[in-house]
Amino acid sequence: MIYREAGQFKTTYAADQAIFPIAQDRVLAALAVAAAFVVPPVLADEYWLQAVLIPLMVYALAAVGLNLLTGYAGQLSLGTGGFMAVGAYSAFKLATAFPQLNILVVFVLAGLVAAGVGLLFGIPSLRIKGFYLAVATLAAQFFLIWLFNKVGWFVNYAPSGTITAPPRTVLGVMVTGPEATAAARYVVALGFVALFAWMAKNLVRGRIGRAWMAIRDRDIAAEIIGVRPLRAKLLAFAISSFYCGIAGAELVFLYLGSAETLAFDINVSFLVLFMIIIGGLGSILGSFLGAAFIVLTPIFLTNVPHAVGVELPVALQKQIELMIFGGLIIFFLIVEPHGLARLWQITKEKLRLWPFPH
Amino acid sequence: MPEVLHQVLVAPFADMAASPLFLVEVLIGGVAAGLMYSLVALGFVLIFKASGVFNFAQGVMVLFAALTLVGLMERGLPVWAAFVLTVAVMVGLAFAIERVVLRPLVNQPHIILFMATIGLNFFLEGLGEMAWGANVKRLDVGIPDESVVVSGVLVNKLEMTAAATAGVLVAILAGFFQRTRIGRALRAVADDHEAALSIGIPLKTIWVVVWSVAGLVAIVAGIMWGAKSGVQFSLSLIALKALPVLILGGFTSVPGAVAGGLIIGVGEKLGEVYWGPLVGGAIENWFAYVVALVFLLFRPQGLFGEKIIERV
Repeated sequence: MIYREAGQFKTTYAADQAIFPIAQDRVLAALAVAAAFVVPPVLADEYWLQAVLIPLMVYALAAVGLNLLTGYAGQLSLGTGGFMAVGAYSAFKLATAFPQLNILVVFVLAGLVAAGVGLLFGIPSLRIKGFYLAVATLAAQFFLIWLFNKVGWFVNYAPSGTITAPPRTVLGVMVTGPEATAAARYVVALGFVALFAWMAKNLVRGRIGRAWMAIRDRDIAAEIIGVRPLRAKLLAFAISSFYCGIAGAELVFLYLGSAETLAFDINVSFLVLFMIIIGGLGSILGSFLGAAFIVLTPIFLTNVPHAVGVELPVALQKQIELMIFGGLIIFFLIVEPHGLARLWQITKEKLRLWPFPH
Repeated sequence: MPEVLHQVLVAPFADMAASPLFLVEVLIGGVAAGLMYSLVALGFVLIFKASGVFNFAQGVMVLFAALTLVGLMERGLPVWAAFVLTVAVMVGLAFAIERVVLRPLVNQPHIILFMATIGLNFFLEGLGEMAWGANVKRLDVGIPDESVVVSGVLVNKLEMTAAATAGVLVAILAGFFQRTRIGRALRAVADDHEAALSIGIPLKTIWVVVWSVAGLVAIVAGIMWGAKSGVQFSLSLIALKALPVLILGGFTSVPGAVAGGLIIGVGEKLGEVYWGPLVGGAIENWFAYVVALVFLLFRPQGLFGEKIIERV
């Protein structure tokens, strides 16, 4: 009843191809973005921002990046953690070598470095496919982490081997370093993810996205109709790594404050892969839903026994959490293999008809 | 620059020629380590062959089996009784996995099944630790972890036992796949699910059988690895060491798992001993992957994998 496009006539091609062709969607999206920018910094306390919302924004950006590569271009990658590490370490090097450089520019440059590395490790994808490729990308993961551990130059020869976010301001507001408030860091992370999600959405609707999807669905057929696999696959690796690189830089600069290579180990790669599969492969919205699921579930599981008054030993609780987390993943895959984004789609279909059954 | 080239291209080989006995020791160590990897990779291959599922939980199954065995032995059971019970547990696990995870997900894309096994990975990790505790346990099945000198070369008894076990296991599995009725059914299922179903092969039974066999392989791998490095959480990480073995040999080949293991094991040891110091050591984490990657560039389906034929 409320969610219906009847009576919305398009008179231009531009209107027809708009990113949200239905007025209700437009309003909803605008409201959601506005609310995301205004409500949490005003209402949420330090814990919520630091433990929930900032990691959510950071991981959502990484998930969007991986979704471009795996969900749209069909190239399974387990090197996400490694590419995020490239972003983080190059951001650290850039920020400390050029202190006067705006930190937002540093993030983008770090993303570009990660894109270059991703391009390099994407080359095998031209010959290797499927799970073989997934395992091959693990080479990137392990090699990059080893490199950052071994070469002191990347950490400015810090004996602890950690990189620490230096204090930097944007428009006079401290956004990184120990002095920065959680609200400021949240707004920066949100700004990045909103901007790049919008760009990703447009990318996948255009020529490049269609080339990716053609490659994903049947690569030989795509090649025959004139999609160049070399260009499409390498572009997918580069752009995906660009996103992951920025997310990695944010992870250290906006969320953790300081980190060592352990923050980017293989588990991060799996975590981001989980996000896009639970959220929905080939869906930008799904990346957000998946990131929310993976970030929120452990927090929820940790707090529930506390809230209902059951006190468990720490080790036991950790084990139960693992079991429930694993069980939930299997459950969601069985119930909806196309991910949470598909559930949202079904809801929209239902809403169009509501309150009538047909 | 010439010094670097000399160090990379000449010096290691000069070292090898200078002390051939040491080289033999390194090679034997590599072969033994490689066969240990093969033990884990075998479990992957079995399941991939028969159901097309890339079972990421194999590493945790190894841990789970070892934990169960040690836990039962700590309760005072003799080795043989603990072993039989562990086998029962792994077969039960295979039934449960088929019923709860695989059956509802039949006909889903491979990546979904892969993810489901990662979920299984978390679940089993939690369950194993909850049931048996998270402490490091010693597994003593009567194989001494000591070295003896055989004609001038130092060899480790445990590693030799493991190598022999792996060899026997592969021979048994090869016989099972090639000679028995069930083995033939397994190969039929691997070839084509639908065709196998249509000639009356019960898919569910086959899956239970294959996951049970993978569980048995996991027990053997768990005993060997557990005796070598203690039963603890890090045991599940050997799955990551088995992956390059797997892609090198090919996902679908039992002999490939062994050959891949040997290449990776020997390559890794040689690389670590002779080239590792040049780059500051600790290269074993990624070296195997790079070796596998180089091989894959020439043979994208692995050394022994089925040739990938692409049609439009």
